[in-house]
Amino acid sequence: MNTNNWIYACKATDMPHNGGVCVQYGTEQIALYYFTHRDEWYATQNRCPHRQQMALSRGMLGSQQGEPKVACPFHKKTFSLKNGECLNDDACAAIKIYPVKVHEGNIFINVETILTPHSSTQLVYEP
Amino acid sequence: MKVVVIGNGMVGQKFCEKLIGRNLPNLELTVFGEEPLAAYDRVHLSAYFAGKTVQDLSMKPMSWYADNQIALHLGDMVQEIDRKNKTVSSFEGRTVGYDVLVLATGSAAFVPPISGVDKHGVFVYRTIEDLNLIWRHAKTAKSAVVIGGGLLGLEAAKAMLDLGIADTHVVEFAPRLMPRQIDEGGSFVLTQKLNELGVAVHTGKNTAVILGNETMQGLMFTDGSILNADMLVISAGIQPRDELARHFGLASGPRGGIVVNEKMKTNDDHIYAIGECALFEGAVYGLVAPGYEMAETAVATICGEEKRFSKFDMSTKLKLIGIDVASFGDPFIEGTEAKSIVYHDNHNAVYKRLNISNDGKALLGGILVGDAEDYNKLQQICSNRLNIPAVPMDLIIKPGDRAGGSDNFELPDDALVCSCEGVKKITIAEAVAEGGCESFEAVKKCTGAGSGCGGCVPMVKDIVNATLKKQGKTVRNVLCEHFNYSRQELYDLARIRDLHSFDEVLDTLGNGDGCEVCRPAVSSILASLWNGLIIQNESATSQDTNDRFLANIQKGGTYSVVPRIPGGEITPDKLIVIGQVAKKFKLYTKITGGQRIDLFGAHLNDLPLIWEALIAAGFESGHAYGKALRTVKSCVGSTWCRFGLHDSVSFAIRVENRYKGLRAPHKIKSAVSGCIRECAEAQSKDFGIIATEKGWNLYVCGNGGSKPQHALLLAADIDSETCIRYIDRFLMFYIKTADPLTRTATWLNKMEGGIDYLRSVVVHDRLGIAAELEAQMQTLVDHYECEWKKAVETPELRKRFTHFINAPETRDPTIVFETLRGQKKAAEW
Ligand code: SRM
Ligand SMILES: Cc1cc2nc3c(=O)[nH]c(=O)nc-3n(C[C@H](O)[C@H](O)[C@H](O)COP(=O)(O)OP(=O)(O)OC[C@H]3O[C@@H](n4cnc5c(N)ncnc54)[C@H](O)[C@@H]3O)c2cc1C
Ligand code: SF4
Ligand code: FES
Repeated sequence: MNTNNWIYACKATDMPHNGGVCVQYGTEQIALYYFTHRDEWYATQNRCPHRQQMALSRGMLGSQQGEPKVACPFHKKTFSLKNGECLNDDACAAIKIYPVKVHEGNIFINVETILTPHSSTQLVYEP
Repeated sequence: MKVVVIGNGMVGQKFCEKLIGRNLPNLELTVFGEEPLAAYDRVHLSAYFAGKTVQDLSMKPMSWYADNQIALHLGDMVQEIDRKNKTVSSFEGRTVGYDVLVLATGSAAFVPPISGVDKHGVFVYRTIEDLNLIWRHAKTAKSAVVIGGGLLGLEAAKAMLDLGIADTHVVEFAPRLMPRQIDEGGSFVLTQKLNELGVAVHTGKNTAVILGNETMQGLMFTDGSILNADMLVISAGIQPRDELARHFGLASGPRGGIVVNEKMKTNDDHIYAIGECALFEGAVYGLVAPGYEMAETAVATICGEEKRFSKFDMSTKLKLIGIDVASFGDPFIEGTEAKSIVYHDNHNAVYKRLNISNDGKALLGGILVGDAEDYNKLQQICSNRLNIPAVPMDLIIKPGDRAGGSDNFELPDDALVCSCEGVKKITIAEAVAEGGCESFEAVKKCTGAGSGCGGCVPMVKDIVNATLKKQGKTVRNVLCEHFNYSRQELYDLARIRDLHSFDEVLDTLGNGDGCEVCRPAVSSILASLWNGLIIQNESATSQDTNDRFLANIQKGGTYSVVPRIPGGEITPDKLIVIGQVAKKFKLYTKITGGQRIDLFGAHLNDLPLIWEALIAAGFESGHAYGKALRTVKSCVGSTWCRFGLHDSVSFAIRVENRYKGLRAPHKIKSAVSGCIRECAEAQSKDFGIIATEKGWNLYVCGNGGSKPQHALLLAADIDSETCIRYIDRFLMFYIKTADPLTRTATWLNKMEGGIDYLRSVVVHDRLGIAAELEAQMQTLVDHYECEWKKAVETPELRKRFTHFINAPETRDPTIVFETLRGQKKAAEW
């Protein structure tokens, strides 16, 4: 993780509980989630790979066999918040995930490190 | 025992898995794989282009080979077999001795001898490496052509589309597509479907030369015509990898394949061949299911068990999104042996052919294109020789109800349900009855059924449910993995325990963290129970996005705005306000099917401003986004109409205002007609009211939508007050007892006793709950509040309607519109 690339997103108190918001970073959109029920923070790309909709920040949070996930509001594709994989459609691409840290009530997202299930192999299909 | 396997493909891997499962003492297992990767799921290779990774496709992690003491040599090809000394030697110089040698060398793509195949831009479609090469080249390609119109060729063509190459062509030598699986009629419809997807099809074309200098530029056919393209994928069939076997004296077929007997042995007693390299009774099987069966046969033989491989069913289903193609049994049999029934619908692009034995009793094979929903059922009927209906046509065109699934025919116990894993019906039933597996997931885990291609999943689920039912176990209708209760149970429990938020309900009655199924269902229960504001605090994020932002989300991520227009009656002034608001915020306007006006294309940021203007003019939320009361349509009625018996508009407005904001398991619609001519279409609504000479007739449980159903008469000739009381009871009873997302029609269809029972509860108060239902409804009515008014007036809530939390003024810059007839529309996705 590149320690210099933390961007400030918002205050923890601005966040809805068990839900997400969208953070603007240059031309990128990052979905930030506060999973209050698990007391966990996650960040992913905002674009849903299914129909390229900027919508994941408006999705519902949940878990599947303990794995935290977000469901896209459009067609309910669900994605793991841990590694970005699509959990209910084999043919759907994975989403990028970003590390999040909380410091004195402020939320930061690490924008350079992009964790995908691809990252450990070189054979990556980049759309 | 020393076992050496050559080839670490799907079948070689399955062989290892099965052999390890036998727990042989002193087993020394060595595997050589020529590819640099351990065995992966070649069947789902195309998913790699949709974002699946090597790890996703890999069949077992490297640790599995280590844990089971398998010596795996990847990227190392076996080059020599010394049959006398029983050793093999590899390219890297390894020499390993064997007691048993297994050839699982698979096959290679068959490349026809066309001049120019060595040009840059020409590919085959078989391994992950092939896909990497294709993908790299496709970045700069604008057009692609695939040679081969069979199963694999079509898959490759679809992959080209997925890679963003809009100009994609398929060339087939035979006069039709998929010549081994389907006939002319099927091919015609399939071509129609492919054209819709954007794939151009050229049949009856023989490629003569691949044009271009270093890089290919197109194809020339033997008829002299030319097709230009930037890349070519050859997918014209398979060539069994028998070169090693041939070279070291094992018998092979004239057109390739290592000859094996029914025990999978080659002509050398110590050497087996399995999978796509094996030639059994003159046939090479290019599918995994028979390959796995061969692996099982070889393992059994090695372990001294009795098992024979026999001719395998080659029924297949193409796994392309958007195109259904399947064939089973003998798809082509005709003439003196069978009669064919053909259903060919060019309009909807559906083709079905059934081949029936001459005595009309057995289904011998068939073809399905455009609609393969019944593939599993027909394939089972065919392979198990089950009796067929007296009118065989019923098998493909269902009279009336389609929902029957597979329970309308009884499978024999030894029917093969999951052919990938070789699981029979009886094994599944026993896992349920004796193995304690009570769900599909559990059965999948313990029998493997449904873990391969997934085609049998609906059937496995049916068998699980049927077996549970047979044992007298009710198939529990639980919400999802987080709640072990049905909606009705949760409704009662939440009320008795006085629970008001999703987290309270989850922590008291459920487990885990909730999901997109239980969150909205519980939210709807809480709204029906307490009629609290659904977007307040914790509740907001447990609503579907429509409820969370009090508007319907649309293509592109904008929202629609539907103000309530009770009974469809509106003043000119209000109409003008709607026009002004639409103009100011650049919204598309349309009269809806529910007698009101929808304003589409609003940015999330603009919603509070739009509603502020509407509310100032006296409008309220229309709840078009909620599982709630939608509209009460009216006809003009006795105030103007010469036939009108009562004032249907006034009554519709009264009814709409009474139930507005009411949350339910699904949306609720109503209508009031002023006479029997029924211009308001009340009999297609969840509850509908029609004026009679003496009062009103009340109809319930009607439905438009995809399965229209007429409402049924609940009570006749009642006065207005009685009518409202009955509706109170009816709606409350529905809200309390229906499953999530069940409209009133479906709810009634599942109710034992049907409309007579419902009438006995609502009209005759058979359960003695009528007063309670009325009181509960009155509480909900008294608690009504326009949620948009509340949202606009509460700064905390208002703040939520922004796209970027760190740039609240900025709208989503990715949203784009197109124009149409002077208004805007959402851009295509
Ligand atoms: C706007 C409208 C179409 C129009 O331009 O006329 C419409 C639009 C939608 N309908 Fe409808 N329906 C509209 C009248 C109807 C009607 C006609 C009617 O109400 O008289 C029907 C058939 C009658 C019925 O419901 O029984 C109808 C049957 C459906 C169904 C199928 C329901 C069913 O039980 O089978 C759905 C799907 C669902 O709700 O799950 C649906 C769903 C939808 C959704 C919400 C789809 C979605 O989730 O995005 C559409 C929202 C569009 C949007 O972005 O706002 N719409 N829809 C109509 C709005 C009426 C209104 O003023 O509120
Ligand atoms: C795109 C595509 C889609 C498909 N779709 C389906 C489908 O929907 N349904 C279906 O049933 N089947 C499908 N198949 C076919 C299925 O993938 C094969 O039937 C199956 O993979 C055969 O397994 P196998 O182990 O016999 O051969 P393979 O999986 O080809 O494995 C053989 C391995 O042996 C290696 N090898 C060869 N010679 C040597 C040597 N001398 N030394 C060391 N290693 C060697 C090869 O490199 C290869 O890795 C599809 C195939 C493709 C390419
Ligand atoms: S009929 Fe279908 S497309 Fe038309 S509005 Fe209703 S849901 Fe949308
Ligand atoms: S756009 Fe996200 S699921 Fe379809």
